[in-house]
Amino acid sequence: MSKPQEVGLDGAIRLSRRIGDGDIKRGDTILEVRDLGVKFWVNGEWFDAADEVNYELKAGEVLAIVGESGSGKTQSSMSLIGLLPSNGRAVGSAKLKGTELIGLSGTRLREVRGNEIAVIFQEPMTALNPVYTVGFQIAETLRTHFVMAPAQAKARAIDLMRLVEIPDPEGSFDKFPHQLSGGQRQRIMIAQSLACDPKLLIADEPTTALDVTVQAEILKLMRELRERVDAAIILITHDMGVVADMADRIIVMKDGRVVEHGTSDQIFNDPQHPYTKALLAAVPHLGTTATDFAPALKVSLVREGDTPIPLGPGDAGATAALLMEDVTIEYPKQGRRPAFRAAKNINLRVDPGRVVGLVGESGSGKTTIGRAAVALLPVVEGTLHVAGRDITHATNADLYPFRRDVGIVFQDPGSSLNPRLPVGESIGEPLFLHEKLRGKELSDRVEALLDSVELPRAMRNRYPHELSGGQRQRIGIARALALEPKLLIADEPTSALDVSVQARVLQLFSDLQERYGFACLFISHDLAVVEMLSSQIAVMKDGVLVEVGPTPEIVNNPKHPYTQRLLSAVPVPDPAEQKKRRELRDAIIESQHLVS
Amino acid sequence: MTDERPNEEPQLPSEQGTPGIVPGEQLPEPSETTEDATGRGEGIGEAKEVEGLSQGQVVWRRFIRHKGAIFGVVTLGLVALLAISAMGIGPIPGWWLWQDPMKPLTQVNQGVPTLTLPTWLGGPGFEVGEHPFGQDNIGRDNFAAVMAGIKTSLLVMTVLGLTALVIGVTIGSLAGYYRGKLDTFLMRLTDLAITLPVIVLGAVLGRLIGGAPTKFGLPLEVGQWITANMPLLLGFALGMILWPSLARLVRAEFLSLREREFVDSARVAGASDWRIITKHILPNAIGVIIVNTTLLMSAAVVLETALSFLGFGINPPNVSLGALISMNQSAFQTRPWLFWWPGLFIILIALSINFIGDGLRDAFDPRTKRIPSKREMDKALSRISPANAQEVAS
Repeated sequence: MSKPQEVGLDGAIRLSRRIGDGDIKRGDTILEVRDLGVKFWVNGEWFDAADEVNYELKAGEVLAIVGESGSGKTQSSMSLIGLLPSNGRAVGSAKLKGTELIGLSGTRLREVRGNEIAVIFQEPMTALNPVYTVGFQIAETLRTHFVMAPAQAKARAIDLMRLVEIPDPEGSFDKFPHQLSGGQRQRIMIAQSLACDPKLLIADEPTTALDVTVQAEILKLMRELRERVDAAIILITHDMGVVADMADRIIVMKDGRVVEHGTSDQIFNDPQHPYTKALLAAVPHLGTTATDFAPALKVSLVREGDTPIPLGPGDAGATAALLMEDVTIEYPKQGRRPAFRAAKNINLRVDPGRVVGLVGESGSGKTTIGRAAVALLPVVEGTLHVAGRDITHATNADLYPFRRDVGIVFQDPGSSLNPRLPVGESIGEPLFLHEKLRGKELSDRVEALLDSVELPRAMRNRYPHELSGGQRQRIGIARALALEPKLLIADEPTSALDVSVQARVLQLFSDLQERYGFACLFISHDLAVVEMLSSQIAVMKDGVLVEVGPTPEIVNNPKHPYTQRLLSAVPVPDPAEQKKRRELRDAIIESQHLVS
Repeated sequence: MTDERPNEEPQLPSEQGTPGIVPGEQLPEPSETTEDATGRGEGIGEAKEVEGLSQGQVVWRRFIRHKGAIFGVVTLGLVALLAISAMGIGPIPGWWLWQDPMKPLTQVNQGVPTLTLPTWLGGPGFEVGEHPFGQDNIGRDNFAAVMAGIKTSLLVMTVLGLTALVIGVTIGSLAGYYRGKLDTFLMRLTDLAITLPVIVLGAVLGRLIGGAPTKFGLPLEVGQWITANMPLLLGFALGMILWPSLARLVRAEFLSLREREFVDSARVAGASDWRIITKHILPNAIGVIIVNTTLLMSAAVVLETALSFLGFGINPPNVSLGALISMNQSAFQTRPWLFWWPGLFIILIALSINFIGDGLRDAFDPRTKRIPSKREMDKALSRISPANAQEVAS
């Protein structure tokens, strides 16, 4: 069988057949999706994961598919290249330049994958093979589809890495994925997907796993790339801010169906469907506290050069719920691995009944502080007081009464509940242990707690795996509040949740805070969420606090360059405003010469 | 270009799921329709299948779907039932004619098995006869011996499994939970136990137990008790040297489970170490424990056979499958049936337990998914969407 040969990149001969005449021009319709559906075979019947999806896509255009997890946005896109789980089937039609994609298999399908349609996956660490160098993985894609000598493929791979702004592309070619940062790995993924000059790029939540500042840089790169390559892009995301930054047109999906389809402008400024409206309203909006703010000349910086400034005297009448003075926290050494100093010289106070937000990137040490505050990690220097109790060097026995005063809500609701216990038992455990409640009394209290987090009482006999993420997080909150603690540590309680679920959980959280009046250290990477809830914000970077101040002060008048960068990086779900912010953001990224 | 908006569906939940707009005091009831546990993504199959079931029920469902495991359970059950009912248990006598496998009887048919195949299998017609498994050279009934041997082997296996389970889980969980010095000490102990050659040690222990009464001048009753309970003691002794593999697996499981957030949250709630180990970590490690104990037990059957064959495990008057093969080794040419039957049952037992272990492993593994066959799915698809099904087929 003779394959049509064709001259491709750098004069290399393309092994894989192209679809259509090869060249695409901006404005050509390249993808036509008609009545596309995805079905899963479950317990002897077909279950629709997506149904009646229709759209067309032109070269150079960005189509965003927005929806919550489980809305079918990923599955409907993955069905284009046959990447469904083995019990899934695609029905309907999707034509790439007139060639039907649904039902392709074998060689024909492999010629499409990578060659005509490329995918940028969500998690670059798991999408790259850890035992091969990143350069090899880009070259592999090239050599699969082209007749290419290794040296030629390497040269092309280095060109691609330069295109995605990897620092020192020649040197990075031989690096392994773990030697690169998260942002750089995602750049490699992008380079790999662009390798064969595909007609269509599917970006599946390309920035969700990244920190907000890194996300800003990747978005900047993708915006630049869409001007330079002619491929159409399908952007799958749940983040309205990212959509506002990138998309020309938007499809909103819910429960496997398209509920709204329109241009970016239409969707953001004139949404028709109630679900779209709800989705837009649910996005935490940065700058909500800004309205009546007069910039004060307050110094919120907490370091002078390298030396931390000690805390000023607090309110004399009240005992601080959490008081950290010059605290240094270490992860204890394990075997030959030396102790790791995750947070240094922390000065922080949380007053009773107040919510203090702690923001920072992953790895900045914010979770460390939260865990030290509930005595899960040892404090090696400084003093730590919780509700007037010194727990710096407390032993296990000393800690028992202290446990009544604190509660913690963990980030991952999937991992923080014992999978073998009914959730009612998980909630009741603190009561069982501290108030020695048994039988009827215990179950009454558990039911009251379920009421307070607005879950049906019958749910107490369910197991965690039967609950959704939002429900599990409510259970987590109920358990943390069981003993009505004076201090609650909320460690990214909503970052694993969908945006509309997050909005409801946050609402519940602030209601409960008002009702019970606990002090709270709210840890998050999302500035908008922190701004909504807290009266004070502490910003953390590389294990040290860089800025602490009242919320309006931090949001509107940030002093530290890192805080400024963090604030500018947050995408806002409004295309017009985002355009302004983007220019500011790009300027900051350029001026600070950052490539991560 | 499709800029027209698709018709909106009126039946979609409208105001109920609008977060952020609703004031706090009238938050919508978080009904299961808005926060549905069953997503539509990749995990959908799983989520639908386990709806409303506890973890145990989920495991049980997966287990009974495993054909090999069910075959194993049924076979093992039938073998055990046959052996126990034939030879009796404790004071209850069995139904078999010859209750003493060591008693010489008159030779029937020169010791050839009287069990004959039914006509449809090419035999002269099904008949059990007086000595279905044949007799040895002094006329002892092979059926009685094999049944008694099965009983012994099953007993050794169970005792060994339980002993290894208790020791392995205790040591593994302490080492994994506390880490540090205790872990180092216990794991070096485990390393030491692993280096011991099982067959040699089993032989020495077997001899010691058997020879203890005469050596230490213990009263006769003790000697008799030891002889009568030899299988029990052998199982116990073997369990004492076979626990290390289990201990290491349990430790590994504990090391990963103790870092999970639910353990932290139990600690924050004020749970003691004992409670965390028994209530929170152990139930989550149960899969590893059950599976590996099962596999250990199937290895135990073979090990007991090997030891007894070498003459170190079970000795007359006790009978085990290995001992039977050993006893009759000189008759291999003349009376091969004396090997067939014990051999057949050794294979049956070991194989069934292995299958059960495999089934349990799949049942406890959350990644196991039942994928329907391609043909079944194609057929089902053609019913609802003939056009696409044809494409797939072509």
